Amino acid sequence: MSPVPPHPRTLLDKLWDTHVVSTETADTPAVLYIDLHLIHEVTSPQAFALLRERGLKVRRPDRTVATMDHAIPTSPAVPAGPEAAAQVAALEKNCRDFGITLFPVGNERQGIVHVIGPELGLTQPGMTIVCGDSHTSTHGALGALAFGIGTSEVGHVLGTQCLLQRKPKAFAFEIDGRLPAGVTAKDLILALIARIGTAGATGHAVEYRGSAVRALSMEERMTVCNMSIEAGARAGMVAPDDVTFEYLAGRPYSPQGKAWDDAVARWRRLPTEDGASFDHVEQIDASTLEPMITYGTSPGMGVPIGGVVPHPNGDASLAKALRYMGLRPGQPLLGQKVDVVFIGSCTNSRLSDLRQAARVFEGRKVAPGVKALVVPGSQQIKKEAESEGLDRIFREAGAEWRESGCSMCLAMNGDRLEPGQYAVSTSNRNFEGRQGAGGRTFLASPMTAAAAAVTGRIADARELVR
Amino acid sequence: MSAAVKEVRSRTVVVPGDNIDTDQIIPARFLVTTTREGLGARLFNDWRYDPAGQPRPDFVLNRPEAQGARILVGGRNFGCGSSREHAVWALQDYGFAAVISDSFADIFRGNALKNGLVPVQVSSNIHQHLLTSLAGEVLVDVEATILTMPDGTKAPFPLEPFARYCLLNGVDELQFLLSKGGEIAKYEKSSGPEPWRLSS
Repeated sequence: MSPVPPHPRTLLDKLWDTHVVSTETADTPAVLYIDLHLIHEVTSPQAFALLRERGLKVRRPDRTVATMDHAIPTSPAVPAGPEAAAQVAALEKNCRDFGITLFPVGNERQGIVHVIGPELGLTQPGMTIVCGDSHTSTHGALGALAFGIGTSEVGHVLGTQCLLQRKPKAFAFEIDGRLPAGVTAKDLILALIARIGTAGATGHAVEYRGSAVRALSMEERMTVCNMSIEAGARAGMVAPDDVTFEYLAGRPYSPQGKAWDDAVARWRRLPTEDGASFDHVEQIDASTLEPMITYGTSPGMGVPIGGVVPHPNGDASLAKALRYMGLRPGQPLLGQKVDVVFIGSCTNSRLSDLRQAARVFEGRKVAPGVKALVVPGSQQIKKEAESEGLDRIFREAGAEWRESGCSMCLAMNGDRLEPGQYAVSTSNRNFEGRQGAGGRTFLASPMTAAAAAVTGRIADARELVR
Repeated sequence: MSAAVKEVRSRTVVVPGDNIDTDQIIPARFLVTTTREGLGARLFNDWRYDPAGQPRPDFVLNRPEAQGARILVGGRNFGCGSSREHAVWALQDYGFAAVISDSFADIFRGNALKNGLVPVQVSSNIHQHLLTSLAGEVLVDVEATILTMPDGTKAPFPLEPFARYCLLNGVDELQFLLSKGGEIAKYEKSSGPEPWRLSS
């Protein structure tokens, strides 16, 4: 056993220290061990090609899990194209050749990679988790150190189960107070990003702390951690607590019996100790927040839903964003006409998100001329939603109920906006063309998105659901 | 990994705007590929081409004076968003060897270094100067970690020591990690319980 450390440690310190294979020096980064490597069809093919070139095996296929999500169709009516199909076929072959567990399309465990990790209990507190996808920060909601990597690093982990890393700096977001009714986890994270900016946490791992965070459900914590990268942080995390343990108990890959008790005892030692210090601290009072909506082409360009489009005041990037969005400074967001509503993505496609949207859709119709897509995050969620009758509410309202996948979040599977169309989307990025070339995105919560679907305009869902 | 990179000497081309995200550098619909070649044709696709596929004459990379430039100057927080390494591959395939900004997104910076594309982070003053002045030739000296401006002004830039070593020597991080196999095996033996077995 190592001696008791002299200083109180953060969650990040503990996650880091337990995974260091060799310590960082001035000249070399640490060799960091990775407990779980998640892969998908889009960012892995070139990494497998590298393994083949070098004649390498996957070091730990038992710590590697694959699914298909980015490029797959979510409806037979919208095929993804031959190149996407080739990518999917390549993943199947790579998993077969290298002995990796794959949850392919048609498997009951298939879904968006950041949805199925926690859902299956693969994601657990205390782990290091990586994936070739920037929204890997999602898994930090369970008290893991989880971050996105590029394809070269996917190759490194496949080949060695390790990465060369410098320890990130520690950023604390202290969030106290209570979220008002009708204000969701999505609104919270959009407000945090608007506060610190899209590079506000670059170089840091963010720990979300405080009473407002403790009060969030596991799925809400995932929504918050998911968008850490939109504030520049590769990793976001929440210390594990009873909410975490209740969520994980009984999931397919969760420990059972004595192993479970041992695991919980271990996990209870993970939270940041009193007196531990952070490199940067921000505080926010959750009770002051309102539903948020973005108006620009960067996730930090967000305002409370009753707000107006700000004046660029010489900010060339904002002026360019407003030109792209076709919005005028001073214009209220409420009432802005929309063409498409997308409810889904690794940010907001879980059962609680669908329930919130369904509350707004119930007994209403999608406004004429609006196309609404509801895309569950996984096959498991789809099944649960259907057993609750949520799919019926969506369909009766006139929304499309799809198969699980990333879909219109990044529009590489055929689901996309047409040039000039406006969408309210529960996804994570409003970049130019993100949801289809020329498409224009307002990011918001599932409730706000559903309100837009039934009114045809940006609307305050609190006026529809009391 | 690519060959050693000691220096990059070239005219600069300015792609203006803060928060240039990797979806702009290479839109997601072009990621349906299983190789890393040929992505330069799609670099900044939706800024370079109109919906009919015709070059937009007002976009900087379509102007004659931009041709042949190997150093891109971008706004702050360059390369934010998606982790797609395709963004780096597209920049290199097009012909860029270095990118200058006053800040880079973490994942983009890492991806760039692993492929020998040099991220040159300069002060706001130098950045502003490069963004607004007429293009001239600059020198990115990786060994000295100094950027020499067209007027001869020298500006140091930070480069993580191991990344610098890898660039200068063309060292491959994967090879370095593989050389740590013994330590990794030792860690695997001594580190706590297995998180799970994939047999369930």
